[in-house]
Amino acid sequence: MAERSFKAEVEHLRKGEGDTFTGEGILAITKALLENGVGYVGGYQGAPISHLMDVLADAEELMAELGVRFEANASEAAAAAMLAASVHYPIRGAVTFKGPVGVNVASDALANLSSSGVTGGALVIVGEDYGEGSSIMQERSHGFAMKSQFWMLDPRPNLPCITKAVKDGFELSEASNTPVMLIVRIRSCHVTGSFSTKDNVPPPLTVKQAAANPQSDPKRVVLPPMSFLHEQDKIEKRWPAAEKFIVDNQLNEFFGPDDGKIGIVVQGGMYNGLIRALQRLGLADVFGDTKVPIYVLNVTYPLIKDEFSAFCDGKDHVIIVEEGQPDYIEQQLGSYLYKAGRQLKLYGKDVLPMAGEYTGQVMLDGITKFLKAAAPDLLPGKVLAPNDEPQVLPDLSKTVPSRPPGFCTGCPERPIFAAMKLTEQELGKHQITGDIGCHLFATLPPFEIGGSTMGYGLGPASNAAFDGGGERRAISILGDGGFWHNGLSSSIGNMVFNKSDSVAIIVDNYYSAATGGQDVLSSRAHNDTKSTNNPISAALKGVGVKWIRQIDHTYDVGKVREVLKEALTTDFKGPKVIVASSECMLNKQRREKPIRNKAIKAGRRIDIPRFGVDSDICTGDHACIRLSGCPSLSLKHLDDPLRDDPVASIDQTCVGCGNCGEVADTAVLCPSFYRADVVHNPSNSESWRAGLHAKTIGWLQTRRDTKRLRLEGKIQ
Amino acid sequence: MTFVLPQETPDARVGEITKLAVMAVGGQGGGVLTSWIETLARSQGFVCQATSVAGVAQRTGATIYYVEMAPISDRQPVFALAPSAGDVDVLIAAEMMEVGRAVMRGFVTPDRTTLIGSTHRALALSEKSAPGDGIADADEVRAVAELAAQKLILANMDKLAVDQGSVISASLFGALAGSGALPFKREAFESAIRAAGKGVEPSLRAFAVGFDVAKNGVAPVDAPAAGATPHIVGPSGLMQGWKTLVARADSLPEPVQNIAQLGLQKVVDFQDCKYGSLYLDNLNSVVARDTAEQGWLLSVTAAKYIANAMAYDDIIRVADLKSRGPRFDRIRTEMGAENDQLVQLTEFFHPRADEIVGMLPAKLGAKTEANPKHMARLDRWFSKGRRLRTDKLPAFLMLHVLGGMKWYRLRTRRHEVEMQHLEAWLSRSLAALEDDYDFCVELLKCRRLVKGYSDTHARGLSKFDVVMNTANLISGRKDAAEWVARLHEAALQDPEGTALEGAVKTVRSFV
Repeated sequence: MAERSFKAEVEHLRKGEGDTFTGEGILAITKALLENGVGYVGGYQGAPISHLMDVLADAEELMAELGVRFEANASEAAAAAMLAASVHYPIRGAVTFKGPVGVNVASDALANLSSSGVTGGALVIVGEDYGEGSSIMQERSHGFAMKSQFWMLDPRPNLPCITKAVKDGFELSEASNTPVMLIVRIRSCHVTGSFSTKDNVPPPLTVKQAAANPQSDPKRVVLPPMSFLHEQDKIEKRWPAAEKFIVDNQLNEFFGPDDGKIGIVVQGGMYNGLIRALQRLGLADVFGDTKVPIYVLNVTYPLIKDEFSAFCDGKDHVIIVEEGQPDYIEQQLGSYLYKAGRQLKLYGKDVLPMAGEYTGQVMLDGITKFLKAAAPDLLPGKVLAPNDEPQVLPDLSKTVPSRPPGFCTGCPERPIFAAMKLTEQELGKHQITGDIGCHLFATLPPFEIGGSTMGYGLGPASNAAFDGGGERRAISILGDGGFWHNGLSSSIGNMVFNKSDSVAIIVDNYYSAATGGQDVLSSRAHNDTKSTNNPISAALKGVGVKWIRQIDHTYDVGKVREVLKEALTTDFKGPKVIVASSECMLNKQRREKPIRNKAIKAGRRIDIPRFGVDSDICTGDHACIRLSGCPSLSLKHLDDPLRDDPVASIDQTCVGCGNCGEVADTAVLCPSFYRADVVHNPSNSESWRAGLHAKTIGWLQTRRDTKRLRLEGKIQ
Repeated sequence: MTFVLPQETPDARVGEITKLAVMAVGGQGGGVLTSWIETLARSQGFVCQATSVAGVAQRTGATIYYVEMAPISDRQPVFALAPSAGDVDVLIAAEMMEVGRAVMRGFVTPDRTTLIGSTHRALALSEKSAPGDGIADADEVRAVAELAAQKLILANMDKLAVDQGSVISASLFGALAGSGALPFKREAFESAIRAAGKGVEPSLRAFAVGFDVAKNGVAPVDAPAAGATPHIVGPSGLMQGWKTLVARADSLPEPVQNIAQLGLQKVVDFQDCKYGSLYLDNLNSVVARDTAEQGWLLSVTAAKYIANAMAYDDIIRVADLKSRGPRFDRIRTEMGAENDQLVQLTEFFHPRADEIVGMLPAKLGAKTEANPKHMARLDRWFSKGRRLRTDKLPAFLMLHVLGGMKWYRLRTRRHEVEMQHLEAWLSRSLAALEDDYDFCVELLKCRRLVKGYSDTHARGLSKFDVVMNTANLISGRKDAAEWVARLHEAALQDPEGTALEGAVKTVRSFV
């Protein structure tokens, strides 16, 4: 069950000819796929296209009606490999994953696919995770297109353009027998807007029909001598065919006047940012009509030499607006100009930064710099000679704390890392590698556990150098998502085969949680269309792990610490794998809250736990927070002149996971914590018994208070 | 941070684009707020575009949503996908430090920006994890926000919403309506909430409160829960003794009286009147050596820390506090338990040999402490986590009995240790009084470092010793007081005492 349900939105995917669709970019893309007769779709979740996978999953019923096959692929590699169906069969296929990391994983299949070439349109929709909100290394997927010779679309970020790019992508792919990658940036994925829809088109040939009449053509297999022919074919046939299609169908766009001494070449995805800069400079109107000639590259690979050189005719200054590095486009266009012996001045990464996101400010500054150099007469006086002193505000950077992401309230992974921190306090620091997933937050304060992440499912693999063991065993973390993505073979298989002496901890939260709670093979939830409930421990046994410890309640910090210590100290030779399982609290709450509230209404006995802190017992040393970092465990200042430091305090968002109490106990912190279980609809006998206890307790309390002085009305 | 140039454009319609950014903490429902704003704009004949940055930022990190809208026309305007410094009309920040972040990023400018912010705090980890007080200064942010914003609406939007059984997005949406920053009627806003169809009633209530706050200004900042001011109660017989103590405290120099009264309350609540008068004796020994010249600063400081030192956290105190009547009622209210519901209480204890020894008679305790074997045995016997259900009689009785052992407390090993520490600290702190008054005040303040239980308490004690010993080295220097203050601040920066080590090194470098 994914974090966000699109069941309601998916109904809009049924809209037909002339209707207007209003919604999010990813939904628009899905609708466009259906309108263009896609035969099969798949992919692997990851920001920013996680929701696209969720939409596809929620739209499975509708797609089945149309005869479209949906796969939630095991990895990006699996997704890209699925496009093999379009090699021999005239079936349109689309897969989606994040870039560039997903493209890294998929690159093997993509390279083979590109060599074989395709018959049916093959579209790879990549959510380029770059700039603000990105969770990965800052790179570009562009280079993959260049090395494998597939084409890359980077449409202007509005729904009509993005949906048109889907159509263009399929047609371009078929016209040039080459897979096409459609890039959508983080914000484009979630941008909302409208476009007018067409009827959904069932695939002319379904995968079912194709499988019934199998085809094969040895010429398409990547093996010598065909592989050499493929390379020639790419250059001699597919590339020219692509260029012809791009030019004939005007996939790239021109705006502004035909004449003019200056020009701007821009990636489609950067168009809105550029126009905003021009709008602010008074050089474009609200609709983007501008005084500056603009050449929009909705296709960023291949670059069309003739189009570009035609655009340059009569211009003295041209700037290329290309986000990220290396500056592939600028290099290519630069060499075109040089070889053509053109004299015009080329700008780009000299006035715009080589690295980093092109935010509104960066764009404004860069374009202003360009215009100051190339066409100062175009700029308003204010820009050329700013008369009003820019106002300077007091600096807050020392005051405002940074707010990195962290474990959610009640996260089952928190106690695991609390236990690890305690173990390190006892046994000393260890060599620890992390993996991709929520658990990577453990590398941040307060835990600061783990020093590296080499990729999805590669936690244990990235500790391989230390597999030989020694006086302190290396520890690696692996999530259930990463485990099934490729950790089982690349990490665990690697450990078993090399007789690793290291320890691996598999954090099993029942979902691919970081990407939005999608199901994986070991998810406990029942899933109508997918096979779940395949235990990780069984898979471990299968690949030959002998030392396996299954922890079914990660909140038992003491237990986790005990097992971890055993793993680190046992004489057992070979990999030691701990599977720490508890459900992602975000998903658990979403699942259980409605059920619980219903039960309470129905009068059933439900007890709801929550934690609290006795502020007169808490001394304000905050040791508990340094072993938790739970959002609901915070601080408050007491209105008591005798106290210097704020004391711990738990707000009503606490879900009663138990970590506080466990840690306070296991780490021997303090007796300030208590758990209060509010029992809804208690049985009469229970209430009666509780009443007896309460009465007696009350009597004892009053009796004592009549014999002593005590402080009353203390502000808690 | 400098503002970019004000927009200058021949196309007035560019100016008609309303740019609105929402800065929130992951999980605050910024998405809901954004979709309400979208629905609203479209329902009022505007074209509207919203974007967001999802990704892991959702997981309690700082997140940002961005909306642009303009009156509908025959063509589609070109909207930006992200806010630009100096180019935002409405900035909604769902937490006080996010208000600060918004200003820092230049999204709030005096020429155009209506800033709607919530004053409540969701503390960042760096603020919470410091052993001392690491909480950021909200007033500083407020001051800068007042400079930066064209129109500023600040209120505890979180509390406003929660009081209405709703969440902050609703009260912020109300404040947006009340701010008049968008050219739409209140009804239009409300129907946007109805259209979404989730938790409509509570949302509308929170919306209304937010609306009023924005329209009629902020209600007086919620003062600290107006509980009765702390006071000593008890049987009239004992109250006599108390009154005499109060009288004694009132005879102290005026500036010392208030804090001394509080200190007195604390130690009497901790033990009894006799102990209270011991407190006053200790305090008087300081007052006797103090003068009005420095406004009795030394005595005021002593009054505070002597009380804290005398009311140490032993098993008896914890058991007493945990088994008091008012606590049970307080928890019931905090948990919002109805009368027909039960509240079960589980306490988490983990006594170690040290606590047990502390409860032994002084001599015996000292002997046992000195013998590692005996300590190990005690640990074997007692040291394990104990979960006590204090809403049930057996566990309660145990705490009740322990909490009632004040009659015996003053004979325990713990008491002996604490009193020795108290005397040593006082005499060391006041040794140099004739030469350097401020130095002594700072030394007294070092008692703040002693807090926590078990290991944390031990760490605190050792930090206290480190600072006191280092202070010896610089005693007599002009800047001795400042250095002690610095050491003491450093000691509170991190648990391991890294900062303190550094500070000590520096001191050693020049002595």
